[in-house]
Amino acid sequence: MNLHGTPLSIIIFGFFVVLVLWLSYHFARRSSSAAGYFAAGGQIHWAVNGISFAGDYLSAASFLGICGMIATLGYDGFLYSIGYLAGWVVALFVVAEPMKRMGKFTFTDALDAKFDSKGIKLAAAISTLVVSICYLIPQMNGAGSLVEPLLGLPHWVGVIIVGAIVITIVATAGMTSTTYVQFLKGGLLLIFSTILVGALLFRGISTEAPSLTGPDGESLRFVPTEMTHDALVEQGLDLVHTEGDFSEYVGNGESTWWINDEGSLWKCQWEGAGLVNGKIDGLLYPVGRIKAIGGMSAEDAAEGTGRLNPVSFLAKLTHPDTKIEQWHKTKVGNAAGDRITVYFPKEVSGTDQMKPGVKFKVKTGWEKLNFVSLMLALFFGTAALPHILIRYYTVPSPACARKSTIVAIAAIGFFYVLTLFMGLGAGITGTVNPADNNMSAPLLALSFGGVLFAIISAIAFATVLGTVAGLIVAASGAVAHDLMDRFGGMNLSEHQKVRAGKFAAFFVGIIAIVLGIVFRGINVSFLVGWAFAVAASANLPAILMLLFWPRTTAAGITASIFVGIVAALGIILTGPAMFAGPYGMTAADAWHPLGQPGIISIPLSFLTLVVVSLMTQKKAA
Amino acid sequence: MHHGPAQSSGPDPASDYKSRLGVRMFLIYCVVYAGFVFTNVLTEGRAMQIIVVAGLNLAVVYGMGLIGLALVMALIYNALCTAKEKALATGAVDGEDRA
Repeated sequence: MNLHGTPLSIIIFGFFVVLVLWLSYHFARRSSSAAGYFAAGGQIHWAVNGISFAGDYLSAASFLGICGMIATLGYDGFLYSIGYLAGWVVALFVVAEPMKRMGKFTFTDALDAKFDSKGIKLAAAISTLVVSICYLIPQMNGAGSLVEPLLGLPHWVGVIIVGAIVITIVATAGMTSTTYVQFLKGGLLLIFSTILVGALLFRGISTEAPSLTGPDGESLRFVPTEMTHDALVEQGLDLVHTEGDFSEYVGNGESTWWINDEGSLWKCQWEGAGLVNGKIDGLLYPVGRIKAIGGMSAEDAAEGTGRLNPVSFLAKLTHPDTKIEQWHKTKVGNAAGDRITVYFPKEVSGTDQMKPGVKFKVKTGWEKLNFVSLMLALFFGTAALPHILIRYYTVPSPACARKSTIVAIAAIGFFYVLTLFMGLGAGITGTVNPADNNMSAPLLALSFGGVLFAIISAIAFATVLGTVAGLIVAASGAVAHDLMDRFGGMNLSEHQKVRAGKFAAFFVGIIAIVLGIVFRGINVSFLVGWAFAVAASANLPAILMLLFWPRTTAAGITASIFVGIVAALGIILTGPAMFAGPYGMTAADAWHPLGQPGIISIPLSFLTLVVVSLMTQKKAA
Repeated sequence: MHHGPAQSSGPDPASDYKSRLGVRMFLIYCVVYAGFVFTNVLTEGRAMQIIVVAGLNLAVVYGMGLIGLALVMALIYNALCTAKEKALATGAVDGEDRA
């Protein structure tokens, strides 16, 4: 898209980055011990830790991904908000206090507290690394999406900037600075998201909402024109290729794509074969609008509703006569034989917009299985995320672990309510990048002016920085503390352990940068859903059974972690989203239609733990 | 800001009570959450579009309700746990005084 950062946005952005680096430097001088580096010395106040939890958790997936998904798919994106928040119930009621009692530095410590098993150390450390990297991919991807309009830089540059800054932060300071960065960012994110939603409600809804403008003040909104085949031919265009509902017309020096909707042709946007919308230097334009507001005439709808309260805002969008233009994308072949991506409009009623079913359909057996699988993984994933679990070791007591979780639930729950408004608002304000919906919420802020956009974008960037830092601390802890020191028996000194952690942080950061570039364009919340599925499959059965089933053995835990990782990753890597995305093929080429692995991999991991534990009872005794 | 070793806590006499309470509250929430998931699956989404209050459909009300319920249950859980911890701590102090 042809959006470029203003000097003000770049200054505000630069201020945030410098602030974050200063915090790191400030705390770096105080965390030379392993306890300080990996667990902030266990002395963070529970209220600070609670907001830091929110900072950790409200990652790019929540702010960028969920809002983007709601903007393009309606209520389906909100399912992630519901599932992510519900996961904290598992964390609070079942996991928080026992994890604090059993652990010292890492999640592996807690799992291994009873057995002192090399197998558990290895399995849990590998699991921590795999889940952290799965979670890192969408964060880096989101960072790339942010810098494109903010700084006018390519996606891959954004990924490298985040990687470099975070490696610097983590390699210098560790958990203490990460905690305070998260606290600051979590607080600011809540405040400015509330301001954004307030502005949205104050403006109300209109079919003629103000559009974004380019550097020269030109309107950037793409409003698809409705045509017929005969009208296009009259304009000198020739039909050269048709695939499904999509037709390519060529004429007047350009190639255009149209989608057939019951005889009417609607103009699409497209990119591929080195062209964007038919030109080498072509651009994609922001999309998304409300075409009719239920209960209002066309004239009144164009004037707008005026100020709305939260309930009336949602009620207007839910009205069955409300018409919303969503934008989707698909890959088709063109006349020249190239595979290109077409972005096309699809009109939905308010009824369909505000209920599940656009992405997560529940008509066929596989669709039902996918939906249940997603909700299962979101519910059980939170309490199994290593970078969340290590935050329980930064507070002084189990009671503080509990209280910080409650602060987190309040802050995160409030934010997730806001995501519904921000996402829906972006989807009807023409602020959705059709190629990358991750920027929907910041671009909604841009519709209220450059200052709010700059602040929101800078906070979103800090969001990514903080979350990536937390993930890399977790991953480096797994390498230095779990693998090298405890599994490898290297008996590292405090100083050596911190140094090993910093080296590990560097290499994990490099891996994250590469994968963040590879996975460009996939919704970040969708990617995080996979990280949740891997975490829920690999870690949660081990945690729950260790706490509640006395016959659990070390061999059972080890086997269940490995089976959970392999099953979840195996299903993801052979599933439709990977084939349609990174593999460059189509969803139909996938080995199976299951997009979400949790429904199979979580029970399989539980079953493995039970069977192997029962088989190894004598050894355990 | 302190940076000593990660803290290890002493024995917690309320841990059994908190564990039992936590599991019960977790199961209650599980049932409500499963209700949301299976209402959508079993009715193929039709039930979710029913308007239930103030122009809002079941999907919105139930979804927001799940978020609100999590916070309410968390506050109840904390209040009960804190009360138990205080009662046991007071009991222990009373016992020491009597001794």
